[in-house]
Amino acid sequence: MDTLALLADGFATSLSPLNLMIVILGVTAGLFIGAMPGLGSVNGVAIVLPLTFIVPPSSAIILLCAIYYGAMYGGAISSILLGIPGASTAVATTFDGRPMAQQGKAGLALIAAAVASFVGGTISVLLFTLFAVPLADLALAFGPAEEFALVLLAFTTFVGLGGDDKLKTVIMICLGLVLSTVGLDLISGQPRLIFGDLPGFYAGISFLVLAIGVYGIGEILYTIETSRTAPQVTPAKITLRDLGDGVRTMNKMWRTMSLGSFLGFFVGMLPAAGATPAALMAYGIARSTSKNPKSFGKGNIEGVAAPETANNAASTGSLLPMLTLGIPGSPTTALLLGGMVMWGLMPGPMLFIEQPDFVWGLISSLYTANFAAVAINIALIPLFVWALRMPFTVLCALVIVLCIVGGFAPSQKMHDVWLIAGFGVAGYLLRKADYPLAPLVLALVLGPLMEKSFRQTLISEQGNILAFVERPLSGTFIAIAVLFFVLPLVKYLRKGGARSIAPAE
Amino acid sequence: MIYKMTRRAALAGVASIAMIAAGATSALAEGWKPQKPIEMVIMAGQGGGADRIARLFQSIIQKENLASMPVLPVNKGGGSGAEALRYLKDSEGDAHKIMATLNSYYTTPLRTDIGVDIEEFTPIARMAIDTFVLWVNADSDVQTLDDFVAAVKASGGEWKMGGTGTGQEDSLVTAMLEKEFGIKVTYVPFGGGGDVAKNVVGGHVDSSVNNPSEAMGFYKAGKMRPIMALTPERIAVFPDTPTARELGHDIVYSMQRSFVGPKDMPAEAVAYYTEMFRMVSETEEWKTYTADNSLNADFLTGDALQAYFLEEREKHAAILAAMGSDGSS
Amino acid sequence: MLVADRVIAIAIMALSAYFMWHATALPIGWNGMTGGPGGGAFPFWLSLIMLLSAGGVLARSFVQAPSSQHFFDSVMLRKVILVVVSIVVTIALIPVVGAYVALPLFLFWYLRIYGGHGWVLTGILTVATPVFLFFFFEVTLKILLPKGVTEPLFFPLYAMFF
Repeated sequence: MDTLALLADGFATSLSPLNLMIVILGVTAGLFIGAMPGLGSVNGVAIVLPLTFIVPPSSAIILLCAIYYGAMYGGAISSILLGIPGASTAVATTFDGRPMAQQGKAGLALIAAAVASFVGGTISVLLFTLFAVPLADLALAFGPAEEFALVLLAFTTFVGLGGDDKLKTVIMICLGLVLSTVGLDLISGQPRLIFGDLPGFYAGISFLVLAIGVYGIGEILYTIETSRTAPQVTPAKITLRDLGDGVRTMNKMWRTMSLGSFLGFFVGMLPAAGATPAALMAYGIARSTSKNPKSFGKGNIEGVAAPETANNAASTGSLLPMLTLGIPGSPTTALLLGGMVMWGLMPGPMLFIEQPDFVWGLISSLYTANFAAVAINIALIPLFVWALRMPFTVLCALVIVLCIVGGFAPSQKMHDVWLIAGFGVAGYLLRKADYPLAPLVLALVLGPLMEKSFRQTLISEQGNILAFVERPLSGTFIAIAVLFFVLPLVKYLRKGGARSIAPAE
Repeated sequence: MIYKMTRRAALAGVASIAMIAAGATSALAEGWKPQKPIEMVIMAGQGGGADRIARLFQSIIQKENLASMPVLPVNKGGGSGAEALRYLKDSEGDAHKIMATLNSYYTTPLRTDIGVDIEEFTPIARMAIDTFVLWVNADSDVQTLDDFVAAVKASGGEWKMGGTGTGQEDSLVTAMLEKEFGIKVTYVPFGGGGDVAKNVVGGHVDSSVNNPSEAMGFYKAGKMRPIMALTPERIAVFPDTPTARELGHDIVYSMQRSFVGPKDMPAEAVAYYTEMFRMVSETEEWKTYTADNSLNADFLTGDALQAYFLEEREKHAAILAAMGSDGSS
Repeated sequence: MLVADRVIAIAIMALSAYFMWHATALPIGWNGMTGGPGGGAFPFWLSLIMLLSAGGVLARSFVQAPSSQHFFDSVMLRKVILVVVSIVVTIALIPVVGAYVALPLFLFWYLRIYGGHGWVLTGILTVATPVFLFFFFEVTLKILLPKGVTEPLFFPLYAMFF
């Protein structure tokens, strides 16, 4: 039980008064940063990184973890309250979180998100504590073929279940995938689809720009038009009793939450995949295994709990390859890695042997940060809910300002702000014409990974397309993906596809 | 809630300014000083080697109070740095923008026509030269360069070389190796150096040309084996790894880590930043980092740096020409 | 509804064709030598699927019974256009007069003129928002917002807070 002794030492450091203060400060700051549309854990970690040179490394890493966790919790807040996912990991949270807020259940949705995040975080930190080193080998077994299969799986768990107009869904997926190819073609190193050599497109179209555009500006325009004079959002109230109710409701969701935690941890651990596919898969699985799949997307609390457990679990999982292999799974972990290098720590297989103090200090601070995050988050929920009670025109004006500033902040380009306005109007029109927007956003998120890993595999295998099914791991994933895609189709056909109104194609 | 947050932030801000102000003013003599935060444009995305080193500089500058205004890193990595180059071109005469460069500083304008002439930019300081090493998985039978060449030849073109992207530094080195030894490898681009190293260790590719810093963790764990250093002399941390020159092949390739300013940057500003980076190059942190990661900390400024840039550009033009139409395949 | 549906379908078809044209700048075929699809293949073929699907939507609209619903609510459409124009004007102003002039102007217009709120609320928000933005983004997060011609006015603030 070497591990326990080491962890106890870690706790001794992370529970000192100074470090506790740091945790509380970091989590609060992270929550607000994460709650701001456009900003996420990357921004939070980036600003405090230089400060970490000034404080001792053990406190520095605690501060970084606290901000990281806080931002992960905070991401759900803008997803639920405003319907704008603050980060790609929180897209799935909007599907049911936003309808819940519109029904006046924002408080409950926020509690669900907080509790789910806590469960996901805790289970994954436990897994991390117990299995970090052996699991590193599993991450290594993942090559491009496996990455492709996994992304495909994430895609189908979600898409195969869609109840929208099939033709329009296909259009939106293709559009998202095409937009994801804008910028540089990694394989040939050539720019493509840069539309008349606009330098703003060199970096591609960021997920945030599209999401803020269609979910932020687009949603506001839609609400303005459909709401006439009265605001559509029901003002939410929250009392202590609601809080208790919320926690009790969550108690019934152990299956969803533990599934989300394990899924999130394992998918998040894979360097290229990360938290976004994890959250989508958790949502898709929760929906397909639910007794009442129809209620998803209309404000089912499980639809909030599943992706939130998964994305928090994944954010812990993504620390694993960073620490054990020195490979960052996300921009945030890349910055954390940079921080470690600055402190003179060499991430990699030897870190656990050479620097046990650091590693276990980090792990123990994950536990504390998680506790602090859930407590502070729940304490602040009334404040967030209160924000929804603002008159609609006031809320609108502020959200538009946040969309503009939040769209500018990550890349610091006016180009992106223009794109947001463009996507906003386009999203508004498409939504009115019953085009589903979620597949568009998801395709943009998963597209680059999919194309990259697909072509990497083919290059490695000299164009042998069978390579995907020949390798055991990727073959399994592809089989499951096909199953996910075929099952609803079979169900659909059995129910009599004749009822469908689509004679074309 | 908003106000509470703001007040706390403001207090924290004021406190840290007081700290910075106390030290910074004495550090640099009177004369030009930045009036607003300095934008440090990075020619690569977040998390890569170039980004990491730029943020290291930012941290050192902040820790040692080497600038009176904060240095703010901004990533503009789109199009292999084309985005950053265009941005700098549009910032003519700006005294508050500097750019952290790598070799795509020459290769990107050479490979794609983006209307940027690097000769126009203002050189500030070269901080270091990074090195390249040929790596294989430690479990492989390849022990020496001869083994490597034999293995590649035996594979009949199926030998997989991992790299960061066509047109990137390692792809140029790969092309040089192919030409020198008359071999043909399959170049698989992964995007980031860390990813490349992971794929070598995981057995998804057979070899790579990585910077030592990217492979160091795996090397120490005994998972990657250096075959040959592409440096003029042996690298201190890999004393047993021969250089290409020792083995009779004249392949030397390096990656510069420098800073430049936009065209017509005021001379006082150039002097200010040059002095700032000179002080950075003398800090303990920087010395430790360069030693640990076997960087060659060869400080160079002014006209000598510009001459170096232009010479390197010539060299890269020659390498790219030799690669022929490889980029557009 | 029907007309709008068709217009959008045609617009998507046009957009797909435009993407396809751009995608052909890079090879779109399958090349066994370099291992699979070229750089333009993904955008090209996906755009083609998009084009065909949008064609399907268009064709369907001729078969389908027309819905009596109007696509736009004519009263509210005016308001939507007004908001869109105001957003566009605000974004266009940001690089010129800076975020700290453009955004308060927008807030003032939206709250006082468009929203019809009182002077007190308008005043508080118009002043408090830029202050919040400055402290949150610039001082705390160290993200500078564009200032345009107002840049020199911020030099003393920088000296104070950085």
